[in-house]
Amino acid sequence: MERLTFDLHASSVREINQFLHQAVPEPGADLVTIEHPDGAHNLAVGLNAPWQVRIGGHVGYYAAGMNQEATITIAGNAGTGLAENMMSGRVHVRGFASNSAGASAHGGLLVIDGDAGLRCGISLKGADIVVGGSVGSFSAFMAQAGRMVICGNAGDALGDSLYEAVIYLRGKVASLGADAQEEKMQEADYEAVETLLRAAGSDYRHHDPRQFRRIASARKLYHWNADARHSY
Amino acid sequence: MPPIDPAIPPQEMSASYDPAILSYIQRAAADGLYEIRGLGAKRKIPHFDDLLLLGASMSRYPLEGYREKCATQTILGTRYAKKPIMLDMPITIAGMSFGALSASVKEALGRAASALGTSTTTGDGGMTEEERATSKILVYQCLPSRYGFCPDDLRRADAIEVVIGQGAKPGGGGMLLGQKINPRVAAMRTLPAGIDQRSACRHPDWTGPDDLTIKIQELREITDWEKPIYVKIGASRTYHDVKLAVHAGADVIVLDGMQGGTAATQQVFIEHVGIPTLAALRQAVQALEEMKMKDTVQLVISGGIRTGADVAKALAMGADAVSIGQGVLMAMGCNASTWTTPSGEPVDATGDYQTLGASPGTCHHCHTGHCPVGITTQDDVLEKRLSPSWAAHRVQNYLQTLNMELTTLARACGKNNVHHLEREDLVALTVEAAAMAGVPLAGTDWVPGSSTGR
Ligand code: SF4
Repeated sequence: MERLTFDLHASSVREINQFLHQAVPEPGADLVTIEHPDGAHNLAVGLNAPWQVRIGGHVGYYAAGMNQEATITIAGNAGTGLAENMMSGRVHVRGFASNSAGASAHGGLLVIDGDAGLRCGISLKGADIVVGGSVGSFSAFMAQAGRMVICGNAGDALGDSLYEAVIYLRGKVASLGADAQEEKMQEADYEAVETLLRAAGSDYRHHDPRQFRRIASARKLYHWNADARHSY
Repeated sequence: MPPIDPAIPPQEMSASYDPAILSYIQRAAADGLYEIRGLGAKRKIPHFDDLLLLGASMSRYPLEGYREKCATQTILGTRYAKKPIMLDMPITIAGMSFGALSASVKEALGRAASALGTSTTTGDGGMTEEERATSKILVYQCLPSRYGFCPDDLRRADAIEVVIGQGAKPGGGGMLLGQKINPRVAAMRTLPAGIDQRSACRHPDWTGPDDLTIKIQELREITDWEKPIYVKIGASRTYHDVKLAVHAGADVIVLDGMQGGTAATQQVFIEHVGIPTLAALRQAVQALEEMKMKDTVQLVISGGIRTGADVAKALAMGADAVSIGQGVLMAMGCNASTWTTPSGEPVDATGDYQTLGASPGTCHHCHTGHCPVGITTQDDVLEKRLSPSWAAHRVQNYLQTLNMELTTLARACGKNNVHHLEREDLVALTVEAAAMAGVPLAGTDWVPGSSTGR
């Protein structure tokens, strides 16, 4: 397989993104390695082809933002807005992720091996997110569609103002947000967790789907009404 | 009506508890919930009507109104973008969502804007194919809700507008009530049909101006630095907000004053939050001048721009262009007593207004989805009341009229380019307007507060 390496000590973010905005030139020439990212912002954003991108360290804000089709692996930690508005493809962070990971993501799979900060999966619109560690407060805030699997714990107000997205939580939750409720796991939920853990990779094999709980919307805020006025 | 009894003296009405406040208290007591409504502020606040243009006489030399040329070309986004926006007139169409408006209205706006060589703007809810196909120049909004936000559309847009706030509700999110959410609107927003859609009041992935700087760079990176990035602010702490938007890297600032409209928000926001367009514009220009960015970052003003005189005064105060929302809806028949069939026949709509508890001229019921003239609706029957070609023609006529009025006024002030209008061409009718706009009270040299800064 052909392998192309960029070194951020020698190339700029602009040059790398410009290169990755083209279609994959030929089968097998899709692997790109980025060395010395050193916390650079906006790395590998707006990709729209099935590139395999391996980033060899920590990245700054919005890494892999709006990804379509590409598979992006980050060896280190990621800053705010990781894989925000992702449409498809796969983004995998080996370390921790900061705030708003997977914000408003429509499709694809985001895997975070470490913990994720505040508002993970905020406004989620259909993507799947698997977090190996814990998530911060206001995670899945206003999440509309898609699934989140949290192997660790969750902070305050989990799933506040949730719509049709579903959260599977293994650990403890500090508090549920407005209109979020715990629901009984069904067979389809166990299957969904199993599938997502398998998709997240071999590090997730040891988790048992039966350890997870389901959190979804109570749907009391779906229609403007006086009975729920404390929640507006 | 019973005859007036001369024995009963005339009754005095309370100034503090007038009929509007009485009705507000009674409604709040009945529902226990605040009122949601459409359109903009109803009460009179200082506006461009409180300014006058000084036509040329002896000390200035006017241009011949019907013969001499007056340029209107307007360029937006010259700071960083490889492909700035070139408009034939400094009048653009403001962002209004598909969802709030029907697809036919969005199509009509695109057609009108393209015919006039100007731009139209998407809104909360994403980009429709009709809108992209009919709009030669389309500004794509990146909103806090990110409903229907898609990188493909980002690349198909001509400019990108990061919306931080709206003049009718700075600090507030949107609300599209379930009755307007048909399956198409729902699918674009990734939500079930028929449920209320509450838009977030802040963006999901940045929290302050330093984050916004990086976010703007992300948008530039994704679009290969081709498209201008606008930042839209709801007018409140305008002076500081404009400085921060410039710092964050905006190519263009869109400033929406409190007279701006909305499809649906809390009445208390519309009437009590934000500052008038006039005051906001002056603060924004001052901020840009102090930063020496006046000719680098362009300023688009919106919020109750209605006439060519409003446009001329806004340009004279320092705006590079204006943006119009409510006015174009009114050109399409909002609040008119009739709607028009495809064969051009007017049909009385007063009964439909009455069903909503309104009448032509007082309607603000966009949030209900039962727009009597087919503009702010997703109802199949009502939507058909508005023909896109008829509506496009009306909007085209309206904006063309504004542009002609603008050039007429500019020539009278001695300018062969509308962008040469300047503050020197303005005076104010009231002390309040003089203070807000920073121009002299008519007949004097007095600019209230001119030595005390902002
Ligand atoms: S006529 Fe239609 S667009 Fe105008 S205020 Fe009434 S509902 Fe809104």
